[in-house]
Amino acid sequence: MTKQVTLTIDGIQIDVPDETLVVDAAKKAGIDIPVFCYHPKMEPVGMCRMCLVEIGRPMINRSTGQPVLNEDGQPTMQFMPKPETACTNLVSEGMVVLTQSESAKEAQKDIIEFLLTSHPLDCPICDKGGECPLQNLTMEHGPGKSRFLFDGKFKMEKQIRLGELIVLDRERCIICARCVRFQEEVAGQAVLAIDDRGRGSEIISVSEPGFDSVFSGNTTDICPVGALTTTDFRFGARPWELLSAASICGQCPVGCNITFNTRREAKSAGKVVIKRVMPRQNEQVNETWICDKGRFAYHYAKSKERLSKPLLRKDDKLKTTSWSSATKLVAEKLGEAGKDTIVLASGRLSNEDLFNLKSLADGLGGKAVLYTEMGGGDLVTQIGVGQGTNFSDMGQGDAIFVIASDLYEEAPIWWLRVKQAADRGAKLIVANSRETKLDKFANFVVRYSNGDEVKTVQDLGGTGKIAQAFSKADNAIVLFGSDGLGLEGSTHLATACANLLEETGHIGKANNGLIGVWPKANDQGAWELGFHPEPDLAAILKGKAVYIVGADPANDNPALAKALKKAKFVVVQDLFRTATAELADVILPAQTYTERDGTFTSGERRAQRFYAAVPGLGESKPDYAITSEIAEKLNIQLEGTSSVLVFEKLAASVKDFAGLSYAKLAEVTEQWPIVGRGDLYYGGSTYENTQGLGVQLVSASDRGETVSIPKVRNDAGLRPKKDELLAVPITKLYDRGTTVAPTEFLTERIGDVTIALHPEAAKKLGVEAGKRVKISFEDVEGEAVVKIDETISAGVALVPRSMGLAIREPVVIKVQ
Amino acid sequence: MAHILLRHREIPRINEIDIYEKNGGFKAFKQAVKNMEPTEVTAVVKDSSLRGRGGAGFPTGMKWSFIDNNSWPHYVVANADESEPGAFKDRELIESNPFQFLEGMAISSYAVGANIAYIYIRGEFWELTATLDEKIAEMEKLGYLGNKLFGSDYSLKIYTHLGAGAYICGEETALLESLEGKRGLPRVRPPFPPSFGLYGKPTVVNNVETFANVPLIIDKGADWFKSIGTPDSAGVKIFSLSGRIRKPGNYELPFGTTFRELIYEHGGGIIEGRPVKAIMAAGASSSMILVDDKVLDTPIDYASVRKLGADLGSASVIVIDDTVSIDWVINKTLNFFEHESCGKCTPCREGTYWMQHLSQSIHAGNKRKQDVDLLYNVAKQMQNKCLCALGEFATMAVVTGIERFPQDFNLEVRE
Ligand SMILES: Cc1cc2nc3c(=O)[nH]c(=O)nc-3n(C[C@H](O)[C@H](O)[C@H](O)COP(=O)(O)O)c2cc1C
Ligand code: SF4
Ligand code: SF4
Ligand code: SF4
Ligand code: FES
Repeated sequence: MTKQVTLTIDGIQIDVPDETLVVDAAKKAGIDIPVFCYHPKMEPVGMCRMCLVEIGRPMINRSTGQPVLNEDGQPTMQFMPKPETACTNLVSEGMVVLTQSESAKEAQKDIIEFLLTSHPLDCPICDKGGECPLQNLTMEHGPGKSRFLFDGKFKMEKQIRLGELIVLDRERCIICARCVRFQEEVAGQAVLAIDDRGRGSEIISVSEPGFDSVFSGNTTDICPVGALTTTDFRFGARPWELLSAASICGQCPVGCNITFNTRREAKSAGKVVIKRVMPRQNEQVNETWICDKGRFAYHYAKSKERLSKPLLRKDDKLKTTSWSSATKLVAEKLGEAGKDTIVLASGRLSNEDLFNLKSLADGLGGKAVLYTEMGGGDLVTQIGVGQGTNFSDMGQGDAIFVIASDLYEEAPIWWLRVKQAADRGAKLIVANSRETKLDKFANFVVRYSNGDEVKTVQDLGGTGKIAQAFSKADNAIVLFGSDGLGLEGSTHLATACANLLEETGHIGKANNGLIGVWPKANDQGAWELGFHPEPDLAAILKGKAVYIVGADPANDNPALAKALKKAKFVVVQDLFRTATAELADVILPAQTYTERDGTFTSGERRAQRFYAAVPGLGESKPDYAITSEIAEKLNIQLEGTSSVLVFEKLAASVKDFAGLSYAKLAEVTEQWPIVGRGDLYYGGSTYENTQGLGVQLVSASDRGETVSIPKVRNDAGLRPKKDELLAVPITKLYDRGTTVAPTEFLTERIGDVTIALHPEAAKKLGVEAGKRVKISFEDVEGEAVVKIDETISAGVALVPRSMGLAIREPVVIKVQ
Repeated sequence: MAHILLRHREIPRINEIDIYEKNGGFKAFKQAVKNMEPTEVTAVVKDSSLRGRGGAGFPTGMKWSFIDNNSWPHYVVANADESEPGAFKDRELIESNPFQFLEGMAISSYAVGANIAYIYIRGEFWELTATLDEKIAEMEKLGYLGNKLFGSDYSLKIYTHLGAGAYICGEETALLESLEGKRGLPRVRPPFPPSFGLYGKPTVVNNVETFANVPLIIDKGADWFKSIGTPDSAGVKIFSLSGRIRKPGNYELPFGTTFRELIYEHGGGIIEGRPVKAIMAAGASSSMILVDDKVLDTPIDYASVRKLGADLGSASVIVIDDTVSIDWVINKTLNFFEHESCGKCTPCREGTYWMQHLSQSIHAGNKRKQDVDLLYNVAKQMQNKCLCALGEFATMAVVTGIERFPQDFNLEVRE
């Protein structure tokens, strides 16, 4: 049981729970005790000794248990003879803390002097310079001069690649072990360590490949000096030259809050460009972390391949044209087609873009189709997770069930937060047809054969030990994905999950419900706005006018390329001149989301704002604006001048968004820990969130409405027949998608297209690991490098999505 | 007086199990398990006023009584890391009277309810460890270790674990980390091992010599034990005597023996009959005692050495005569501490290096006053700020050496 205690810090009285550390209590009282090794999200270690303060405790009479009073009737204080570390001492009733006393200040100055003895002080060429805790604290607390002999300075390696993304400067490292502890405690991946001892201590990577973690970039934020830098930003700019724009990561459905740091630079021909991506605190979404994909894969936005002008097909050649003639033709063609219009859009687009597209389709009587290979969004939209859901609140007594999802690869920050909930005692059940990185942290691992997904979920409604752990939990969340599944399989799976949640009563309350681990950042938003996937897309394209936005079906699927050739009219709106664009009659250049405002809806149904970070490229325009321009020519009234107006209209017409506005989404409440202010060393260089925490949508379940969930059969899943090899799709974090591949330094992590086989299957085929094989199915042919996975069944092969082999759902293949 | 701990000096081959048995061996353990409640055992040890022999002199019975009974299992760990320069007593005990130490561990384990006990032993003692493993096996064979001992419900296993050559692993929490398979770095204390020890479980860590006292205390009683030594420090102590001494070696003497008796009667006096200049009573971690007649006549126990402005520590007494310059001595100790600092905390990691760097230049003949002042300053600056005692130890000889022997640093003698 926690109780409140009252203590006095530098004369300020404050009430805090008794399990609070002195350093945190001070922070709450507005007093910054200097720290290096302490980080509010990690266990205190008392290593750097920077936080030394004087602590007094009231003298207690042992027989009465009461404080001993002095002549003035005040408690007699007992001060320890030496300063104590504020980061390892808990508060207690009546405690007096002095952070500015002679002895405390002396101690802090002394520690700085010690730290600087081995520090190179190469601030002028250090990436951290300008936002460096060591620099700041030296200015504030340090001695002005060093008495250290110069010949005793460290001379050590300054460019050690811990992995291809992170570089270590040994001279600058102050051995605070924040990086090592982050990997061990927060990420659960002990890939860093300290080698040797004493002054020879050195950070090393103990994984192969080096620094094998998708959270590696976070260590550069929390490193209190410039010892860890990213390959990306290293020597890229000085922090004080950077402007910042609040945004949301567009790489996966977690919706991490980020900040784009931008600079106008000569190197980029006087243009404003993004220099780096930093986490922005949102304790309900990503806390203070982001994954490396979110941090590094933003380079596509400044790719030279971007479209900057509208193109129109003339004499079978695509030629640049003006916006007015391009949109005029599109309007004409769509108007002619009327209800034979198909709007095909992806979850890469913002809510505003999707809303306008849906309105246009509705206005024409056509169809709004979501381009995806994962289904089940209708149910997630109705059930969702209860308002107020926060993984950080889950622990002892709660349960989390993850099925058919490789969270580490699909939504890394969810992986991290689910793992942490398990650390806090939540029962974690991981079901998949193969081993994933989450298994290690699970209380129960369920291994099913491909095709048994629905059955596996239904079993959880039973009476077994695992089923009990789930049904008896105080709160339970299900995360389902499309690992090994296509549209149909995942739709069935979602239905089974929804049924399970309803039966066990885990809906309509905070920390309960259903989350879809979607392939795209705003798939959830698309479902909310009424987009639906089409089971047989190829079949419906013939003879239609197709308006394709943010999708590249021709590249993904030869059958769709063929079908598109039979369409009556094709207009493609995109960032790049994709394979699909090559088939288009008109191409419209869109802006990236970094170039305009908008909102995304995360997988947890949180609508969040992103803000323009850089100016739009060439003549490109925001998707919602282009759509509105076309609509206007068809006499369909849409908003096109500003995303705010689009959102207002959206909120007025979509029930679950009722009452929301940009202003509401921009609201913030105080978050703990406090980060990013004057003392950025406390939480690392994570940005403080001043631009909005977003709002979680209310669901039908939240409102207590009954959601009708269809029944689902458990034998519908695709299974390999004897002597067949069934290839199933899986997701890789770093793939060849257009929003990842342009980041060149990720090439190594993206790697080759692979096919994972069971050792038996490999033997039967006479192939071994590392060998290149030919793969064929339907009318597709391709190549892949063999990997061996003992955890899958012999009749199944795993093929990653978006790596060049168009496997969208389980399909029988031939391997040579 | 016959030896209490170094009994092999009177009883040859007491390191063989049958000889040990014949000389009353395992009687106390059997007695404890069969006829005493664990709390009674602890009470007797508490009553005997036995203090830990590992350095801090903490009351052993009290330590055992701190063991947290709300958390299980419990562990007992013997600290056999003996790495203090000038300490070599635990080694002789393990080598020549191993069963008395092992029996003491077993009794302690029974007293605190531990069914598993570990001996964390200095890496260089690998040959000794092999012998110790054999001794443990013999005890198992004869039913002194294993399941349901002496027909009771009590079971005990003892394991040895070799260190890897780090002085810091003698510090009890670093030792536990190392025993858990991690890097041997000290933990933040509190919590202390009796509430949060090995694998986070309540653990008693005691020195080898501390354990070796226990069988006789149980056997002969607390009053017998208290009748030896001084009121402050009961019993005998093994002094590891070294330095400019004629007969260096281990001497088991009752607390209260004077430095004069230790050095001249037992140690045979100083080489070439020179005068004693300084004493380091706790190995390299010592403060320098400036020696005069009063000091030589001081009866040695924890309290009286403290009055001399030093600590007894593990009683690794290094005697320094007038042929030795103190600046050379502190250069030696600093070489040691700079090498052994684990690097976990800033002041010790950087301070030991800085001090070593300065003392090197001072000792090399360049006794510039500002360097000596700076060295003194840096040592002072480290004090009270380190995470564990090693950092503090490193400053002891420096601060007291410069304060008490200024002439050795070409400083004016301060009155
Ligand atoms: C740097 C350092 C080294 C130590 N080395 C030893 C050692 O080698 N052996 C030992 O018994 N205690 C050593 N100690 C003391 C232990 O931390 C601990 O106090 C002792 O093992 C407790 O046993 P005792 O109560 O029987 O004395 C060391 C302490 C420090 C700070
Ligand atoms: S690299 Fe940075 S975070 Fe890691 S120990 Fe060194 S200073 Fe600390
Ligand atoms: S977890 Fe997802 S949303 Fe967060 S940074 Fe990574 S890719 Fe972006
Ligand atoms: S005082 Fe020295 S040995 Fe102890 S923790 Fe600090 S660096 Fe390590
Ligand atoms: S010791 Fe407290 S912040 Fe490092």
